[in-house]
Amino acid sequence: MSNALSILRISNLKKSYGKNTILHGATLSLHQGEIIVLIGPSGGGKSTLLQCINCLAMPEEGEIFLHDNRVDLQSAGELNELRQKVGMIFQDFNLFDHLTAVDNITVALRKVKKMSKKDALCRARRELDQVGLSDKASLYPAQLSGGQKQRVAIARALAMDPEVLLLDEPTSALDPELVGEVISVIKQLAGNGMTMIMATHQMSLISTLADRILFMENGSIVEQGTPQELLSSDMVSKTRGFCERLNEISPEDL
Amino acid sequence: MHFDLSVVIDSLPYLLQGSAATAVIVCCAMAIGLVIGVVMAVGMVYGPRPVALLLSSYVWFFRGFPVLVLLFLFYFGLFTFLGLNVSALTAVTLVLGMTTGAYQANIFKGAMLSMPKGQYKAARALGMTQTQAIYCIILPQILRMSIPAWSNEYSIILKDSALAFVIGAPEIMARTQFVASRTYQHLPLYITAGLIYFVLTWAGVLLLEKLYRKVRIPGYSQDGFGQ
Repeated sequence: MSNALSILRISNLKKSYGKNTILHGATLSLHQGEIIVLIGPSGGGKSTLLQCINCLAMPEEGEIFLHDNRVDLQSAGELNELRQKVGMIFQDFNLFDHLTAVDNITVALRKVKKMSKKDALCRARRELDQVGLSDKASLYPAQLSGGQKQRVAIARALAMDPEVLLLDEPTSALDPELVGEVISVIKQLAGNGMTMIMATHQMSLISTLADRILFMENGSIVEQGTPQELLSSDMVSKTRGFCERLNEISPEDL
Repeated sequence: MHFDLSVVIDSLPYLLQGSAATAVIVCCAMAIGLVIGVVMAVGMVYGPRPVALLLSSYVWFFRGFPVLVLLFLFYFGLFTFLGLNVSALTAVTLVLGMTTGAYQANIFKGAMLSMPKGQYKAARALGMTQTQAIYCIILPQILRMSIPAWSNEYSIILKDSALAFVIGAPEIMARTQFVASRTYQHLPLYITAGLIYFVLTWAGVLLLEKLYRKVRIPGYSQDGFGQ
């Protein structure tokens, strides 16, 4: 975890809504290709932490470093740049309802990256192909299944060439039979060396992908370590207890 | 008092010229209102608090004053006070435009607030500026959603435009009154005027309904126009 290699580093991020403090100073550093999985009870601050990392929720305190360069959180320009480099996948997809699958991808390429219509289209088709949806390019979100929507959302994020991907429970809103297709796309990303921070309760993602697990509770990171450390049977950890309960709910996932 | 239909037939071209004036007033007013409405709705939803407050006081002003009062206030009051030489037709168009602008702002504001926050967040997460997110993602959707309410607003403004006769703009009502007061054929003439308004309302609403269906997002089943 040396800082020299860190691609993204956050230091002491704090966030509260009114009198409720949701995040009590989160610090974490991420290096190239690393996959961090956030777990913990709901309301523990996982989503807030992810949204603070790309400042969709503006942290009140703390610092964010991209390649060891401090991001000026007051500068709209630097924030937009940070957000281009840190892609985000949402639990409920958030596709643009009035645009086809392919235009969901081209719109940001054209407006943010200022690509030509032709180049953007070409890039978008390539990304759709990567997630196995080339034949759905001209369909609107309302015509796609949940799994297909999430795959379009992933393609949309990847088209921006992010260096880090934040995934906020990417499979939680899906019907059980659609979870598999999204998981396999995420595994494919991991195989390509994508750096990720992912909040998930999907044991198959936690156990096979995580380089490091962070357990969050009441707005703080209370445990962290490799899956081997936290999940080994001779270890008493909150993480292990939590994962065991997850397994009781869906044992076939492990 | 006999019923003389020939008066109606003779004066029809004259009345129809008036309906052209009405159409121009209403179309221009709706267009002005669209621009005012969109800009104000964006300001009320996304602007800083002082801006939002300022804009909502504009809405309250135009919602609270009767159109007739506004018409006199601007035409005889403000425009004269400022030394502007504004024709009755222009004055009516401006006043109706500003009035419907206030109502349209509320229509668009409601549509914006009813949209889930997620798509805006996703747009910002891709690095779009606030302006880009509003222009490329929010507005195309809320404008579609607003067409049924907008067509309702059209039908209201169309009929409010009849008030223009009191300051002498040469529209349907003014011309009908002019002919009626000379021929005493009030009944057939006002029925004719009413029918012209009816046809204009019907045609406009039908056109907007067509537009609504044409720009509808595929896969969505909601139908704002009912049956």
